[in-house]
Amino acid sequence: MIKIITVYGTMLLVAMGRTLLLALLGLFFACIIGMIFGIMGVLKNRVCNVISQVFVDVIRGVPMIVLAFFIYFGIPYFFNTIIGGFSMTLTALQAGTICLALNCGAYMAEIVRAGILSVDIGQMEAARSLGLTYGMAMRKVVLPQAIKTMIPTFINQFIITLKDTSILSVIGFPELVNTAKNVQANTFMSFQTWAIVGVMYLIVITILSRSAKVVERRLNVGR
Amino acid sequence: MADKSIVKIKVDNLKKNFEDLEVLKDISMEVYKGEVVCVIGPSGSGKSTFLRCLNRLEKATAGKIMIGETDITAKDTNINKVRENIGMVFQHFNLFNNLNILDNLTLAPVQLKKCSKEEAVSRARQMLEKVGLSEKEASYPSQLSGGQKQRVAIARALCMQPDIMLFDEPTSALDPEMVGEVLQVMKDLAAEGMTMVIVTHEMGFAREVCDRVIFMDGGYIVEEGTPQEVLLNPKEERTIDFLNKVL
Repeated sequence: MIKIITVYGTMLLVAMGRTLLLALLGLFFACIIGMIFGIMGVLKNRVCNVISQVFVDVIRGVPMIVLAFFIYFGIPYFFNTIIGGFSMTLTALQAGTICLALNCGAYMAEIVRAGILSVDIGQMEAARSLGLTYGMAMRKVVLPQAIKTMIPTFINQFIITLKDTSILSVIGFPELVNTAKNVQANTFMSFQTWAIVGVMYLIVITILSRSAKVVERRLNVGR
Repeated sequence: MADKSIVKIKVDNLKKNFEDLEVLKDISMEVYKGEVVCVIGPSGSGKSTFLRCLNRLEKATAGKIMIGETDITAKDTNINKVRENIGMVFQHFNLFNNLNILDNLTLAPVQLKKCSKEEAVSRARQMLEKVGLSEKEASYPSQLSGGQKQRVAIARALCMQPDIMLFDEPTSALDPEMVGEVLQVMKDLAAEGMTMVIVTHEMGFAREVCDRVIFMDGGYIVEEGTPQEVLLNPKEERTIDFLNKVL
């Protein structure tokens, strides 16, 4: 155990950093995707509703490991070989970010949609009756209230996304799980290696969820 | 008092369906400048739907609604512009929960660039004073009582300096001891000459303040006239039935 920490400690910490980088990148784009598709899901426009619903259904219906392989291997193959004439390559980080963003984005879209629908319809009607446009009413009245109700589920999704990065070890991104596999192969100390990795995840996720709770409490002041 | 030479609202053969359900069957009426019109009737008679059609919160299925010179049933009408001149007060107040009272009042005037932030704030303070809630400007809606919320809601509508005010059962969700304070604000408004259409169950208020009472049932206007005529000497059987039940 001590040997692993002294010899491989730095390597594991750097890998943890990459895990966090991937999670944050994925989450950043997931927020944008989630907002867009979530709002499309509540607009009074059939086409937007259907696009949003299809996106969510497709992504939720495919395991993330399949999505990862599809993006990392399938998409470049499609452009380079099936269509031909391209020489596209995706790095593991790019493919991993796209994969996380799509996967988490679909769940975020549902969180956003449910959050908006949880705001009493009277809020929108009152805003519209004053002459505000739909967009103004959404931005100034409905979304601020929706976001407050979304925060607990959002934190949950953040934690899930952080853990989901481990799936992306299959496309060779050197995040924590992938690095730990190498450590195990070199040392044969599987019990110690995976115990250390487990504790590392646990610490980071605990810190995140605790600080998120503090943010949540701050935001609720004045309610 | 009503000025019969200026028509503020003119409704012709209004019909409204929700899917297969016909809620408004054939409504025609007008409201003059400065007139206070009360709409009464049993629940499900279509009175709230009728009121909500007047600022197009509900889209008319057929018929024509003129607000001043503007046909709001026409497709190319900018309804947001029309709504700026029609204040609406809801049964459940619908104050913006994420904003404090002052911001509730200034949001629309500032967003719609009706005036500068400073002007909006000073007008908002005037309106709060008018409804007797100056000390509440920094509070949030959740910290107010029902009666206070409804008075703020009226002040919020007035900040847009509307020509017409619509009230959708403004006292129905209030505890009995709070009804009076809201009705008082509405009486003051009527005395200032505001054109008002009020859906209400407050028969005493209707008798005292309204110029005209409309009794609706089953999607039609069954009877209309002065409070004297409709409330005290109703002619139609359905009106008599209804009044017997509520009085």
